[in-house]
Amino acid sequence: MRFLFKTDYEDDIKLFPHSGYYVSYGILLALLLIAPFVLSSYLMSQLVFVCIYATVGVALLILTGFTGQASLGHAAFLAIGAYTAAYLQKYNVPFPVYFLASGGLTGIIGAMVGFPALRLTGIYLVIATISFALIVEEILARWESVTNGNEGMRVKTLSLLGVTVPRDSPTFYFLCLAVLVLTIVGTLNLLRSPTGRAFVAIRDSETAARSMGVNVALYKVKSFAISAAITGFAGVLFAHKLSFISPEMFTLQLSIEFIIVILIGGTFSLHGAVLGAIFIVMIDPFLTYLKDDMPGMIAGVAATFGAGPATAGNIKSTVAAFASLNGLKGAIYGIIIVLFVLFEPLGLYGRWLKIKLFFQLFPLYKRATFKRQKIYVKSERNR
Amino acid sequence: MLDFVQQLVSGVALGCVYGLIALGFVLVYKATEVVNFAQGDLMMLGGFFAFTFIGMMGLNYLIGFAGAVAAMALFGMLAERVVVRPILGYPQFSIIMATIGLGYFLRSIAGMIWGTDDLKIETPFSHGVLRIGSLVLAYDKLSVIAATMILCTLLYLFFNKTTLGTAMRASSENMLAAYYMGIPVKRVVSIVWAISAAVATCAGVLLAPITFIHSNVGLVLGLKAFPAAVLGGFGSIPGAVVGGVLIGVIESMAGFYLPEGWKDVAPYLVLLAVLLLKPEGLFGHHVRKKV
Repeated sequence: MRFLFKTDYEDDIKLFPHSGYYVSYGILLALLLIAPFVLSSYLMSQLVFVCIYATVGVALLILTGFTGQASLGHAAFLAIGAYTAAYLQKYNVPFPVYFLASGGLTGIIGAMVGFPALRLTGIYLVIATISFALIVEEILARWESVTNGNEGMRVKTLSLLGVTVPRDSPTFYFLCLAVLVLTIVGTLNLLRSPTGRAFVAIRDSETAARSMGVNVALYKVKSFAISAAITGFAGVLFAHKLSFISPEMFTLQLSIEFIIVILIGGTFSLHGAVLGAIFIVMIDPFLTYLKDDMPGMIAGVAATFGAGPATAGNIKSTVAAFASLNGLKGAIYGIIIVLFVLFEPLGLYGRWLKIKLFFQLFPLYKRATFKRQKIYVKSERNR
Repeated sequence: MLDFVQQLVSGVALGCVYGLIALGFVLVYKATEVVNFAQGDLMMLGGFFAFTFIGMMGLNYLIGFAGAVAAMALFGMLAERVVVRPILGYPQFSIIMATIGLGYFLRSIAGMIWGTDDLKIETPFSHGVLRIGSLVLAYDKLSVIAATMILCTLLYLFFNKTTLGTAMRASSENMLAAYYMGIPVKRVVSIVWAISAAVATCAGVLLAPITFIHSNVGLVLGLKAFPAAVLGGFGSIPGAVVGGVLIGVIESMAGFYLPEGWKDVAPYLVLLAVLLLKPEGLFGHHVRKKV
């Protein structure tokens, strides 16, 4: 086991605490860079979605994970980013300009949402952000002169510095990857700055933060603005990737998916956003795969255990019928959310840390290390 | 004028359904400080149970109604035992997510079992109308209003006058202290979930003649019930119903007098306004935190 010996403050806030980080992240980056030349075009397309979802996940982590302000309205921020890009594109605004403008506008709207949200905590904030998202969705459907209403908007192919970048080209993937990496590095820097520390202080105890001199209102609004702006940037990429946007793409369902991203990944570390994004994006192809191959596999297993061909055929058709039931995806989503909340509250990254610690401490690992404390005393109503 | 009254009555009837769902939120919130995002889906499931008993098995309306309520009360206890109890005491956000997951699950399962078509339950109130002068009031709407008033009164008395109700209020204020005082907190929570599922079922069955039952009805109406609960002050039983009625009336009036589109947004605009101007709602208490 490695012991980090920190002698001054600079050691404590290092981005890469020890040399192992350079090796592992270097390998990861190299793999990501050669990915477009190795993977199939379908997987590449999924990988682009992973990048976009992970960017939104990082944005949501800043707000929910580190500032402790739950939001179920991030689909609305994504929509604002996407629609701003599509609208500006109609007037031949170059990509870098509308990319920044979308993020900026979304950030401003995020700050405007943040102001009223100052007075709200817990459940009220969740309800308020849901309402905000529903109102935005309705505005997108009704403001036809700008958004083209329910018919949706076409998004033209991205052109960067005179070069067209089709949505399934490796260049587009590199662009998304660059945005994700910049977002992550920027967020890491933010979190080790005084601002980031203020965020975490607010999350842990608003009263304590205030009494230590943190301007709670200012930092909450900042957190909302930053989170919304990053989501707006992701929205531009989202619009280009889909090449067509309409209001029904940005429903509450999508906001919930973003929350699931950080919930499954783990809400205490940026790794969580990426792991959660991989999970959410890959669950679709995985389910399709199960639908196609699972019946045959189960029948094969049954046959090896001595089931006759007739029984095996029966099993195969039963499983196939089950797998093609409508709404199976929703049920699986539901079960996954509940199981993660109940049994893996720290998410996939938490599980990874547990496994790592298990081997580091080999015979001495104890489960209680990661146990959360239950609080039965405090009533959130009196906050 | 006649139009106005007509709109008012249908708004009140719809609002009563919102109020009944909001009542479910409030009950669970009052007793456990937890908000059940699957409340609308419990309502939907209750409606489907009633449809199975009345429409498919051909039972008498009242017997089928009672059967659905009993079945859903048990289901509510089961849901509490499996999903909520293990995470009681953790941050609210975990429980919100768990109930959202439960809602997803219920919606898909209901879609698988009962299909995705709109279903209709024949009730004794389905067809008749009451005429007062030139005013025409449908019995199905009046039945919703009457049933809501009765349920609300009963629950209010239950919470404020009975020992069990007091125990529920105590365990919401401070679970640990309530436990020390000899209140079986776990059983209390489980009973609260049974009651709130039963109330949701009443909403589902009463709603059935007005809008049909389908697997997404819970999501749609559940989201509308949030403004109702917030307007009434999360945690007040009469407040939930008054809030529901107000939201129903506002929605119905906005649909009639304002341009298209306002109908769907109006409840949420009201909600945001309430949260900004008077976050404790119409009937809530404003409590300052002591450090």
